[in-house]
Amino acid sequence: MSAQAPYIGRSVERKEDYRFITGSGTYTDDIVLPHQAYACFLRSPHAHAAIRAIDTAAASAAPGVLAVYTARDLAGIGGLPCGWLIHSIDGSPMKEPKHPVLAEGKVRHVGDPLALVVAESAREAKAAAALIEVDYDVLPPVVDTASAASSAVAVHAEAPDNVCFTWGIGDGAAVDAAFSGAAHVTRFSFANNRLIPNAIEPRAANAQYSPASDSYTLYVTSQNPHVARLLMAAFVLGIPEHKLRVVAPDVGGGFGSKIYVYPEETALVWASRRVGRPIKWTAERSESFLSDAHGRDHVTTAELALDADGKFLALRVDTTANMGAYLSTFAPCIPTILHATLLAGQYATPHIHCKVRAVFTNTAPVDAYRGAGRPEATYLLERIVELAARELGLDPVELRRRNFIRAFPYATPVGLTYDTGDYEATLERALELADVRGFAARRRASEQRGLRRGIGYACYIEACGIAPSNIAGRLGARAGLFEAAELRVHPTGKVTVFTGSHSHGQGHETTFAQVVADRLGIALEDVEIEHGDTGKVLFGMGTYGSRSLAVGGSAIVKAADKIVAKGRKIAAHLLEAGEEDVQFSQGAFRVAGTDRVKTFAEVALAAYVPHHYPLETLEPGLNENAFYDPANFTFPAGTYVCEVEVDPQTGRTRIERFTACDDFGNVVNPMIVEGQVHGGLAQGIGQALLESCHYNEDGQLLTGSFVDYAMPRADDLPDFIVETVRGTPCTHNPLGAKGCGEAGAIGSPPAVINAIVDALAPLGVRDVQMPATPYRLWQTLQAARR
Amino acid sequence: MSQPIPLSVNGKAVTVEADPDTLLVTFLREHLRLTGTHVGCDTASCGACTVLIGGRAAKSCNVLLGQVSGEAITTIEGITPADGSLHPMQAAFKACHGLQCGFCTPGMIMSAIDLLTHHAHATREEVRAGLEGNLCRCTGYHNIVSAVMRAAQAMQAAGGGS
Repeated sequence: MSAQAPYIGRSVERKEDYRFITGSGTYTDDIVLPHQAYACFLRSPHAHAAIRAIDTAAASAAPGVLAVYTARDLAGIGGLPCGWLIHSIDGSPMKEPKHPVLAEGKVRHVGDPLALVVAESAREAKAAAALIEVDYDVLPPVVDTASAASSAVAVHAEAPDNVCFTWGIGDGAAVDAAFSGAAHVTRFSFANNRLIPNAIEPRAANAQYSPASDSYTLYVTSQNPHVARLLMAAFVLGIPEHKLRVVAPDVGGGFGSKIYVYPEETALVWASRRVGRPIKWTAERSESFLSDAHGRDHVTTAELALDADGKFLALRVDTTANMGAYLSTFAPCIPTILHATLLAGQYATPHIHCKVRAVFTNTAPVDAYRGAGRPEATYLLERIVELAARELGLDPVELRRRNFIRAFPYATPVGLTYDTGDYEATLERALELADVRGFAARRRASEQRGLRRGIGYACYIEACGIAPSNIAGRLGARAGLFEAAELRVHPTGKVTVFTGSHSHGQGHETTFAQVVADRLGIALEDVEIEHGDTGKVLFGMGTYGSRSLAVGGSAIVKAADKIVAKGRKIAAHLLEAGEEDVQFSQGAFRVAGTDRVKTFAEVALAAYVPHHYPLETLEPGLNENAFYDPANFTFPAGTYVCEVEVDPQTGRTRIERFTACDDFGNVVNPMIVEGQVHGGLAQGIGQALLESCHYNEDGQLLTGSFVDYAMPRADDLPDFIVETVRGTPCTHNPLGAKGCGEAGAIGSPPAVINAIVDALAPLGVRDVQMPATPYRLWQTLQAARR
Repeated sequence: MSQPIPLSVNGKAVTVEADPDTLLVTFLREHLRLTGTHVGCDTASCGACTVLIGGRAAKSCNVLLGQVSGEAITTIEGITPADGSLHPMQAAFKACHGLQCGFCTPGMIMSAIDLLTHHAHATREEVRAGLEGNLCRCTGYHNIVSAVMRAAQAMQAAGGGS
């Protein structure tokens, strides 16, 4: 057997690509179940209204209609649960009004589903839904995040002031003391614009009940099918968990929006038994805009206290976060645990206090969207640092350097302990890659053409792989945060890996196979990764928060190590050696200091054909499970540099260069990691320049289609310069991996806005709110000139 | 009302009995079960449903069956060689990691083939402009552009624009 170069660290082409590039993938909407019927949901046209009466007679009598259901039919089934409990500063639990599957008594946002029509065809279901007559008593809506808590109108009776919770972290008294002695204070108020995730595959579901086994199968666009099954079975529908199989087949992007348990798939599972047929629903994009969980939407005031040398003394933050009309699955954790705890960033700020007020409004629910709280924290911090540098006349890079954390582990004043990092390394390399030295000449060249050029920096930190479960539980998590894996070694030595992580673009079928192939010393093509089916995979918490490799990959490594441990016992028997004398490397078990060897495949065969086998002390077979619960978060970090050219006549911004230098710890597949950064950058630049969700004062969604909501297109974006430094590996997981899925979306918005402000500062501009559209920039410039 | 509509799909002549106001994408996905062509929106904005009609890229969610009577339609399935090999554009997307979740990919590949058919020597900038009708939420487009540039070389080496 020849020594095989490790797969880890190589840009192996993706194993999953063939089916996607040939159109032979299987997405939920591609699945046709025999005799399937189709669903259409009637959605509220009003942001806020009492439902006086619903008349479904005409719809029920329409051609092809099999059933029409409203909340009355669903009596007895539970509301959609929230997976995170936050307590207010006064100790009271958050207000947790019921999130009904179909609206009960009131509709609370445009798009709130209030009836389900099942028909022979999608067209008939939609036509019949239009025949349902609803008598609404239209109420004034609560729309605006900042003023929701002072509105006279209540979205929920349980929260008369629309406040879900008022939470805080950090030592407020120490912060106040630091401010009173500060040489300089920088203040910054801003809105972190609300975004719509818009995975290109719309949400879809197909639910089937089998009387033969008294069980259900749900195909659904999910990032975490086991969580969907658990919540649906245990909290909503009362179906025994083992009688519900949830399959998330190929899923066309998620970005957070497919983590949650939504009303539509829940209603389909329930109705499939009543109708006695499979029922399929695929969202039209207009429905996605109205009903997918949105992201961000904070209104924030921040103050940074500095001493005379530019050292940060304290940070004080007050933010209001919009929860929307109902609490989505993980909503309360986003502005608190995933936002306020990140406010130290890369800096040794000794005192930080953050207050978070979460409010209900008559808008779609808001939950995690790529980055989830961390982009909001990073935007705040990297903008206020830039503003402080400008006010103090300091180089923004120098101000950051003065405040970098340099010794690890480092306990922040907001609850986290960073295990490792080297912020100088990513900063230094980013400055080189971005050719910052050449910037002045490029700026002069732009100015000669009547254009304004600016450069902006962001030094971000992120916390990935939220954990450990016991600490998360004390912070309000109602679920575990481990990951599970099974390695099934077949008699021929081929391996199937079952992972609780779910891939919807991240490339797990390749990355995880690289890890297993190296660990077991076998060929990449001998490893197959299975995911996304509760009927196959033992358990799983799914994919979100850049956790797949750090947590899911670690569970796989743990299972692989158990395989090797058992293999060593089998090999010792076959080789008539002591177990302690058998070494495993490069896919072979060897007796140390001899030429006696058994290959991995020979050991696998012996496990399944146990003729020469220690049956009295060892079970046959070679199959191991593992659960991995991380000891801590992982802390990827990096520096992003953006260079823009702004046309002051039109307000149009062009990104001339974008450089990202990241420390993700150890990297398994650099090509896939760079691809993740590219995608994150596009979404972050989208937030900075293009994207913004707008409701009007009546609560109507004005940005309800791709015609109205500006998604980044190929010609809106530059080529990216992306590099991963030789990083500081994570110290507490076996792969040394930190996670890379969200970094791009976290670090890029402040880098872009800092660059624009740098370009326009000579014209008197101090701040630009996101998104920096040409219209907004033009207005900002006009205001600055007055 | 159903009526006979003659057309060719992926090189095969068919006459279908169908309502001429059926959307082409519905016909491809539901009648022919060619599910490689995807639906990502309802405003002809995303391009996930892009196919070739008479060799030109078109959004099949915005075309009625009655409008393509007598036309030759090519879908992602139609450019995939039967022997398990790949079209140069498919191979380039794989080599350059020009896809992640894969949902926009068939439409993107069909648009890119049309682009190179008519602009064999497109620059990166021109490729970006040429693909602005196709949304991708995963890749940030960087590697898609690289894939199209790589495919352009391969297709020229193979001696033709298409």
